[in-house]
Amino acid sequence: MTQGPRNRILRALLALVALVLGRRRSPPEPPSRDEPPLTAEREVGARRRSENVALVLLAAATLAAIGFSVDYVADPDTQVLGLCLGAALVLIGAAAALAGKRVVPREKAVGEYHEFGDERRQEEVQAIVSEPGEGVSRRRLLVVAGGTAGATLGAALVVPAASLGPRVRDRVLTTPWRRGVRLVDSHERPIDADAVAEGTMVSAFPDGAPRDSLGASLLVVRIPPGELDMSAERRAGAPEGIVAYSKICPHAGCAVSIYRHPLNPPTAPEPALVCPCHYSTFDPRRAGALVFGPAGRDLPQLPLQVNAGRQLEAAGDFFDPIGPSYGGIRTR
Amino acid sequence: MIRRTVRFLDERLGAAPALRSALRYVFPDHWSFMLGEVALYSFVVLVGTGIFLTLYYVPSDELVTYHGGYEALRGRVFSEQYGSVLDLSFDVPAGLLMRQTHHWAANVFVAAIVLHVVRIVLTGAFRKPRELNYLVGVTMLGLAIFEGFLGYSMIDDLLSGMGLAIAYSVAMSIPAVGGDFAFLVWGDEFPGSPSFWPRLEILHVLIIPVMLAGLIGLHLAQIVRQHHTQFPGGLASERAIEGTPMWPGYALRSGGLLLMTAGLLFLLGGLVQINPIWQWGPYETWLSTNGAQPDWYLGWLIGGLRLMPPLEIVIGDYTLVPNPFFGGALFPGIVFAVLYAWPWIDRRRFGDRAAHNLLERPRDNPRRTAAFLGFLTWVFVIFAAGAGDRLYLVSSMPYEGQVWFFRAAAVVAPFVVWFVARRVCEELRAREDHPLRGWTGQVVRRTATGGFETLAGEDGRESDGR
Repeated sequence: MTQGPRNRILRALLALVALVLGRRRSPPEPPSRDEPPLTAEREVGARRRSENVALVLLAAATLAAIGFSVDYVADPDTQVLGLCLGAALVLIGAAAALAGKRVVPREKAVGEYHEFGDERRQEEVQAIVSEPGEGVSRRRLLVVAGGTAGATLGAALVVPAASLGPRVRDRVLTTPWRRGVRLVDSHERPIDADAVAEGTMVSAFPDGAPRDSLGASLLVVRIPPGELDMSAERRAGAPEGIVAYSKICPHAGCAVSIYRHPLNPPTAPEPALVCPCHYSTFDPRRAGALVFGPAGRDLPQLPLQVNAGRQLEAAGDFFDPIGPSYGGIRTR
Repeated sequence: MIRRTVRFLDERLGAAPALRSALRYVFPDHWSFMLGEVALYSFVVLVGTGIFLTLYYVPSDELVTYHGGYEALRGRVFSEQYGSVLDLSFDVPAGLLMRQTHHWAANVFVAAIVLHVVRIVLTGAFRKPRELNYLVGVTMLGLAIFEGFLGYSMIDDLLSGMGLAIAYSVAMSIPAVGGDFAFLVWGDEFPGSPSFWPRLEILHVLIIPVMLAGLIGLHLAQIVRQHHTQFPGGLASERAIEGTPMWPGYALRSGGLLLMTAGLLFLLGGLVQINPIWQWGPYETWLSTNGAQPDWYLGWLIGGLRLMPPLEIVIGDYTLVPNPFFGGALFPGIVFAVLYAWPWIDRRRFGDRAAHNLLERPRDNPRRTAAFLGFLTWVFVIFAAGAGDRLYLVSSMPYEGQVWFFRAAAVVAPFVVWFVARRVCEELRAREDHPLRGWTGQVVRRTATGGFETLAGEDGRESDGR
């Protein structure tokens, strides 16, 4: 293709126009600090349709807002109230956003970032800060003395926080269970040994003691005596295969409230006591031994005995410490 | 009117120059910059609905007999705080709406903060000069999670009691000082002294919200001082910031976002049930359920506690480190330590000490993106493990098998994601494709002479194949 002179002139003119336009679009001079940001592009003139849509949105929002008050006065209903209030807010919000984008002047502006880190100013500050040390001979000693006094005062101000609660000491290890304390159910009725059926779990509490301490609540299950796999001492605390454990998980203090009892032993998993918080799983046949999950200790067992009236009572305190572990708890 | 107002303010406060620069303050445009605004606006809704709730809540564990509007619990004896929230829900007009909106707003608040942090890290917005503001932000994330937990713990329903039992156990598990620390907070052995409930309340309705409000102020003040970051392109440069001025465009759009966020939260609060405390029932230490699940932002801690093998460090018969410490204290401690240290880790890794106002896209720094996504994956796998029992209910995948799977995934998945993310970023950076903006390649055909002809050009249009 050949290029005539006219063509060449046209190209040069186009290039000039492009250059001029391009210059106008190139970054403007950053404005000085007191000047407001420069406008880079500005488009004025609302689109009629957008105005109409915004008006419709605002009208609908007004209706929804009135609906809220009417429903509140007439017959407050959570769903209607939420629908009206939510709709009113969303509609006004949509109208505002639409107005911001299409109705008011559309503008692109250019501002300037501050530049930080003027070294001369930094040095001035340093000089001002270190001024007071001038002519003071035992500066370091004074600073150390002041720091010590401040630190001890700070400690003194924090110390009263200790009155927020008692020391832990051995409090957590004491439980209401002693030899002869009767087990009662949630209606304060004594628990009959024969009422504990295989495959069910009974919640029990100490007779005449508060129930909400971590050492109080028990779960009681009946295991066929032949299946018990525990030391002779512990087995003696499980008369007729009735065995009691603390209901509070030794992992994180939740109640162990799931008794997984196999309905069809050949296919179902082994019987287990499970905490629904983090699924620590304990074997009721093996003295509450942990079989799965995060608990660091086994489920504490409480020795039982059956009294003359065939009621269940404690034969002593727990074999192990109850409740969640803490730094310092001693495993017995 | 406008003239009179401006004159009044300027003649008394000399406010005109400040007003002028505020009205012309430039906001760069990008959808991801709105995540922080959604968090801020959720906080506004939280404060508004929270004030309403405070006027009804009674922080007392005195026992009362219930006579309120919920028939199934009538005649039951339980603590006053649970009763006061039931009354608020059933007998106060619009009370349930406010309570559910408050709860939804808390969930959205934390979600928006988390997404905001992810955006900040992946685009390198935390770099000099904005490290301090990043630290303020991470602190607010921690406070928001704690504040949310306090909120649903105050009610003394079954869910809050179980959560408090776990919190107590985690506090107890701190080596050496844990036992005494938990006793100080609870005022006694769990479930605590009567003074525990006013402590919870004052933390939830005053101390933490004031801290959050102060930090939000600090966060915004730093932004005003430093201006927003922006993506490169157009007139945007390290020295010049390009965007929409505050007045009128941005004020209307952002005000619209405030109203729409609030509206969405009220729609959720009115139409979608959340935390039906009357179904869980009142808490007693000997009761628990796996039907009540905590708010989503605690899932990672539940997962951490559940995945931890049954390890307790015992010396002789003295327990040094109880198990809940690992999942409930050490794990979140590590996560927040990594988040806090991230700007300095990044600085060391890349030897980048310069100040930046321009953002990087995630692909622009494959090593940072891969490392952070790997870190997020680690937290997310543990988070997902916290929902294992729900997963078991819907899929009947054996729970114990899931735990072993998640334990393995928590170790392996971060490295897989790290490797894949790095490769993907490198590829994207090399090709300059955008994964969401469609394909930008060319279709060519071999010609009989051995050359190629283009069938579809870069812009997707058919070309005549010269």
